[in-house]
Amino acid sequence: METFLEEVNKKIHGVPLQACYHCRKCTAGCPTASHMEYNPNKVIKMIQNGQRDKVLNSSTIWLCLSCETCITRCPNQVDIARMMDVLRQMAIESGVGAREKNILKFHQAFLAGIKRGGRINEPMMMAQYKLMSGDLFSDVTIAPGMFLKGKLSLLSPRTKDMKSVKNIFEKTKNI
Amino acid sequence: MKVSYYPGCSLHATGKEYDQSMKAVSRALNIELKEVDDWSCCGASSAHSTNFDLSIALSARNLINAEKDSMDVMVPCAACFNRFKMAEHHLKADKDLKAKIEGVVGAKYQGGIAIRNPIDIIYNEIGIDALSAKVVKPLAGLKPVSYYGCLLLRPPEVCEFENYENPFMLDKMMGAIGTDVKNWSYKTDCCGGSLSISKTAIVVDMCDKLMSAAREAGANCVVTACPLCMANLDMRPSSGLKLPVFYFTELISLAMGLDGSKETFKSHMFDPQPLLGQLQLI
Ligand code: SF4
Ligand code: SF4
Ligand code: SF4
Ligand code: SF4
Repeated sequence: METFLEEVNKKIHGVPLQACYHCRKCTAGCPTASHMEYNPNKVIKMIQNGQRDKVLNSSTIWLCLSCETCITRCPNQVDIARMMDVLRQMAIESGVGAREKNILKFHQAFLAGIKRGGRINEPMMMAQYKLMSGDLFSDVTIAPGMFLKGKLSLLSPRTKDMKSVKNIFEKTKNI
Repeated sequence: MKVSYYPGCSLHATGKEYDQSMKAVSRALNIELKEVDDWSCCGASSAHSTNFDLSIALSARNLINAEKDSMDVMVPCAACFNRFKMAEHHLKADKDLKAKIEGVVGAKYQGGIAIRNPIDIIYNEIGIDALSAKVVKPLAGLKPVSYYGCLLLRPPEVCEFENYENPFMLDKMMGAIGTDVKNWSYKTDCCGGSLSISKTAIVVDMCDKLMSAAREAGANCVVTACPLCMANLDMRPSSGLKLPVFYFTELISLAMGLDGSKETFKSHMFDPQPLLGQLQLI
């Protein structure tokens, strides 16, 4: 059977994680490392140790901002940003779900918005996120100001050829 | 010159000041913009965080539409720029992926057009001299720090941005329009944009750190080239630390005295007009 490490490496489809020699440069430059349960380089160690459930269940993979600082500075071109994408996708596909529920709900509301109109209509997307997350009261003071300044236009034009957009979601089996 | 233009969703809503000032500045610099036909959202971090194929396919659909016009495509939003460059990178490196994605989108990807951000186009195609020549009102008294963020620059082999750890193009442009640009070491630090809504507390900390560093550097404002950085830096810092944030094109437009250049300042969340008024720039 494939080990967890082999599975992740296959999905990253680039430099294998074994190339990491744990110099911690990635962690030193990571803007959210101090909020993470496990540091970025620790996650590599855990994958090597086969700690599948712990990794997929961690908040770390959801708190990664995809700022790409780690891969930029890694002396061995280990692509931690891509690794985090792969782990998030594995957490969703394996049914583990997201430890940071609202972050995934935000992504789902965002993608639902594209599926609906081809482009993001910010007020509709926010309304959907708020319903899905139950986080109804954050940003209530910001939204009216933005509305008055014409930033939350209620009618942004949609993509015309919606069939092609829906097809993309169909064929890539959106979560 | 003539280029394709991909505004992306943000430039039609929260980033409308960027769209307006970009169009005005382009006109003044003889860059003709042709909007990409029937574009759709690039998918941003929500697509690549959850579904790799979807993220490449959503970007590929737009690149394929842009290719019909056979011109370089200007992508002002750093997030869209990053997704397009990333899709191009993967499609060119992996034949099997390319075939799969073409099947998903239902069209062929040629890869023949350059994906460019407006900083690169203005700096390298128009040039600093031509830019200074059009300045009618140098922005004396304005002391910006330039903020490039992450997605224009990283990863470097994908984005191909000059001097990605200490970029200078935006600084040079701001100097050319008469501002007193301050140097700082946070040019490329992340502001947390992608978690702004779902994990606000962390992002407030990140923005506060940037604003404190800008103040320490002696700046009285921040200049950006990304609608997500703008939204984040304009809204998230704690109230005592906020500074006015501008799109670089808004300041170029003001220095060139273009029509409507004062209008876009009215819709910023943190009002920059008191500072501009005090410096007698508006
Ligand atoms: S920077 Fe690269 S080699 Fe160093 S710990 Fe991080 S992943 Fe490993
Ligand atoms: S991409 Fe993720 S892991 Fe890498 S430095 Fe940025 S936040 Fe940290
Ligand atoms: S950056 Fe965001 S909002 Fe803009 S087009 Fe890309 S996905 Fe849509
Ligand atoms: S919004 Fe912030 S996190 Fe996003 S690209 Fe701009 S700098 Fe990076």
